[in-house]
Order: sequence, then C-alpha cells, then structure tokens
Amino acid sequence: MTSHTPGGAPRDIKFDEFHSGTSLKNASIAARKRNYQDFLIVDVDAHHYESESYAEVFSYIESPVIRRHATESASRGGRSSMLGGSVGDQGLGGRITRHWLRGKEKVADTGKHRDISTTLRWMDAIGVDYCCLFPTPMLFLGTHPQPEIEVAMARAYNRWLCERVLAHEKRVISMLYLPFNDPEATYRMVKDFGDKPGVVGFMVTAPRYKPVHDNAYMKTYRLLEEMGKPISFHAAYNWNDQSLALTNRFISVHALGFMWFNMVHMTNWVVNGLPERFPKLKVMWIESGLTWAYSLMQRLDHSYKMRTSDCPSLKRKPSEYMREMYFSTQPMELPDDPSILEATFKMLNAETQLVWSSDYPHWDFDLPQVIYDQPFLNERSKRNILGGNAARFFGLDTKPVKNIPVYE
Amino acid sequence: MAEIFVAHVADLKDGDRRIVRAARHEIGVFRHAGAYYAYANMCAHLGGPACEGLLFPQVVDVIAEDRTYQGQVFDESRMHFVCPWHGWEYDMKTGVSAGDPKKRLRKYEVVERGGDVYVIE
Repeated sequence: MTSHTPGGAPRDIKFDEFHSGTSLKNASIAARKRNYQDFLIVDVDAHHYESESYAEVFSYIESPVIRRHATESASRGGRSSMLGGSVGDQGLGGRITRHWLRGKEKVADTGKHRDISTTLRWMDAIGVDYCCLFPTPMLFLGTHPQPEIEVAMARAYNRWLCERVLAHEKRVISMLYLPFNDPEATYRMVKDFGDKPGVVGFMVTAPRYKPVHDNAYMKTYRLLEEMGKPISFHAAYNWNDQSLALTNRFISVHALGFMWFNMVHMTNWVVNGLPERFPKLKVMWIESGLTWAYSLMQRLDHSYKMRTSDCPSLKRKPSEYMREMYFSTQPMELPDDPSILEATFKMLNAETQLVWSSDYPHWDFDLPQVIYDQPFLNERSKRNILGGNAARFFGLDTKPVKNIPVYE
Repeated sequence: MAEIFVAHVADLKDGDRRIVRAARHEIGVFRHAGAYYAYANMCAHLGGPACEGLLFPQVVDVIAEDRTYQGQVFDESRMHFVCPWHGWEYDMKTGVSAGDPKKRLRKYEVVERGGDVYVIE
C-alpha cells in the first residue's frame, strides 16, 4: 500500500464562493468523454434571473407612471409590490446551493452584461452551443391581475433583453415573452420585435386563463406563420389555481402544474383545429416532460373516434397533429424500465420532433447525457434530439461553436 | 490499492469534510458524529458532486396514533448529505440514495495513522 496525494491538496467545502464552470466540472468531464465537442448541441429552454437586473429592466418601461410604480415598489419585495411573486420551494429548502450561492459568482468586466458571462460559462461546461434564454419570475406574470402590468413588463424585458443581451452574444437566443392577456399587445409584440437579432420565436407562459383558441389571437398566429417564427408554450404552475390549490407540497404542485396548463392549451389547440388553420406555424411545448403528451395523444384519439362532431375542423386524429409539433425534453422522466421511455420516444416521433433542453440553472435541470446515454437511440437520433432538430426549428448554423473545459 | 492523505486528525473536526483526488475521480471524506465516511464524489443521478452539498437530517412526517398528520420533524440520527445539483440525498452511514434505495455511492475505507487521516482507494 502506498501513500500519496494525487492531483493537488484536499479541498474543503465552505459555501462561500460559486463559479458556474467549476460547479459543473463533472458535467464537463462527461461532455468530453462523449465527444460533445464534435457536434451541435442546442438547449431550447434555459434561464436567467431577470429580477437581478430589475433596475435596468424597469428603466425600459414605456409608461412613466408604471415605470415610477415599478421602481418605487422594487424595494418592497415580499410586501405589497407591483410584481408580487409566487409561493414555491425551487431551492429545496436550501439544498440546491447554486440558488443562494449564485450571487457570489465573480465575472470579469467585459463590457457586456453579467448574464452573458455566466450563461456562456455553464453552456460551455455542459456542452451547449446555443441556448434559448428565458426569464424566471416572469414565468408567473400571466397570472398578474393587471394586464397592463404584464404588457409593460413584457415590452420592457424584451427590449432590454434584445439590446443588452441578444445583440451582444450570438450563442444566446430567445423566444420572446408574449403578454397573452392582451391580444392586441401580443400582436404588436410580434410586429415590433420579430425581426430583432437573436429573436427566434415567441413564447407564451402556460399558467394563465385565456384560451388559446380565442379569435382575438388568430391574427397573431397568422403573423407568426407569415414571418416563419415559431410559437412556444412554456410550462409553470400556479399554486392559487383552484385545483392545484388542493396540493400541499411543492413536489405535487410542480409535478401536476407543469403538465396541467400545457395539457389544457394543447387540447384546445388541437380540438379547435388550429393546426389546420395555421399549417405552417411551428409549435413547441416546453418543460412539461414527455409523459403528458404520450398520455394526451391516446386520450384525445380515443374520444375523437366517437366525437368527431366536437372537432369537425380536424381531418386526422389528434395525435397526428401533435406528432408534427415539437416537444422539449426536460424534465425528462427516466422510468426504471427503458422500454417505457423508448415507447414514449416512438409516440412523439422523437427522431424529428424532440428537442433537448436543460432548464439550467433551475433545480431540476437536465444534462445532454439524458439523451446521449439512452441505449435505444443511434448516434444520428441522439444528435438530432440534442441539436439537429432545434437547428432546423430555429434556423441555426449547425457548426459547433462551444468550448468545453478540459480537466486532467 | 493506495492510501490518499486527507487531513491531519486535528484539522478534520466533527462536521468537516474534504474532497480528495483519487486516481480516476474524486472522493468525499466526511467526519460525522465521531466517525469517518468516504464516498465517490459522483452522484448516481447525473454525476453531480454529491459530496459537496449541505448536510440535512432525514425529514419525517409525524403521524399520530389516530393516523392524523401532526407536522414534520428532522430525525437527527439519520443524517444525509445532499447533491447540490438536484438535491439527491444520501445516507451518511451507508451512501444509499434516499429516493432510490437501489442506487448507492461507492464507499471507501478511511483510516487514522500517525495523526493523519487517509482514505483507501
């Protein structure tokens, strides 16, 4: 037996510093081992915390009255304020240490926004070439009681994001937030921002109470279709929803809520024949995992065969329309029996319709290996799901541009 | 087989830990309740640094004689270390995952010799 200290001195863990790259060191090692450097990986759903930049974002609010209101109430978080918040426990009672250590991350002054530096760090660390960046607290803005606040914040955030982030970093792209509670403002948003650099589509946060088949949205869908810009529905929960309020633990409201609103929107989207009305409009469903779609396809098909009169616009079974839409993977269910996952992939037409997502830095983020390590996928399928399908969806260059750190 | 230096005994107090580099990967060495425990610093979930998170006792639902729920408490006798990436919890004494008992971290032996602590790879 020999005594030695290989590879440097033992490390202590003090919880007083954070670096997105080193915290993901094991992911970088896994990425190099799987040769991610050699092919394109696109993350269709990642986040930053726009609330850390509220001072800047608020300065972009067009209405001087709402701008003053936002600025004045910013210091009153937790009490009566303009934006409020959502009850939740994404940090698992402090167990997800990056959530509370994140503020200690140091970045060099590059002249660009801090979020660009930290985002590129974790992207390189896990092997991502391009990421579609979304906000975090604004995922709940669709339940704000004042539509004009949603509109004001959406326009301010989108303009800030375009000018301060997307214009300065080609690897960071976004599908911009639509203030869906105001159909006219939604239309105007697509008109005003659809051609901005880095804007690859538009996103509707799912927790809200206006149906997607309302006639008021048809001109927006038509405009998106004409512009060739996709629409996506990003899941989240609303613990104040009458049904979800029956749950008493975060695991419950999260597991159900992130499926529930997208199940409702998808059902309305298909049953009302929107795929027939907008056959070229690309649609993506984000952060509901996969099992909801596997289930809903079968439920709707089963009823459709008896109740075609309820949805006369349809010329095919509901599942056939759904199978032409795109689904982000995270949080990807990993059943003990891999044949169940394989069947789910088959049902969703994964080869061409599934697009990998991380949801980083949120608590239940996924790594590319949830796809790459599946034994039932061949190399071509893996690369399609990890990047090829998203490149086609967004119109991205397929040349890898990332730089995964190398550890000895 | 090799002994890897972890710390001087006096420097590794109860509640402390060290991460040491072994030939192929890292090992987390904990001193907890007077004993040493060492595990591969590689979460069985997605490979996170499982030994670099917080320590949390097992959370327990308090169910009364009449089967009613009476709140929650920490069971301090069942300490977990928690992977900081996603919150997977591991039993300090066994390295078994709290959420999936079929998954466990590779365990390593720890020895004290000559006033120093070593982990055996």
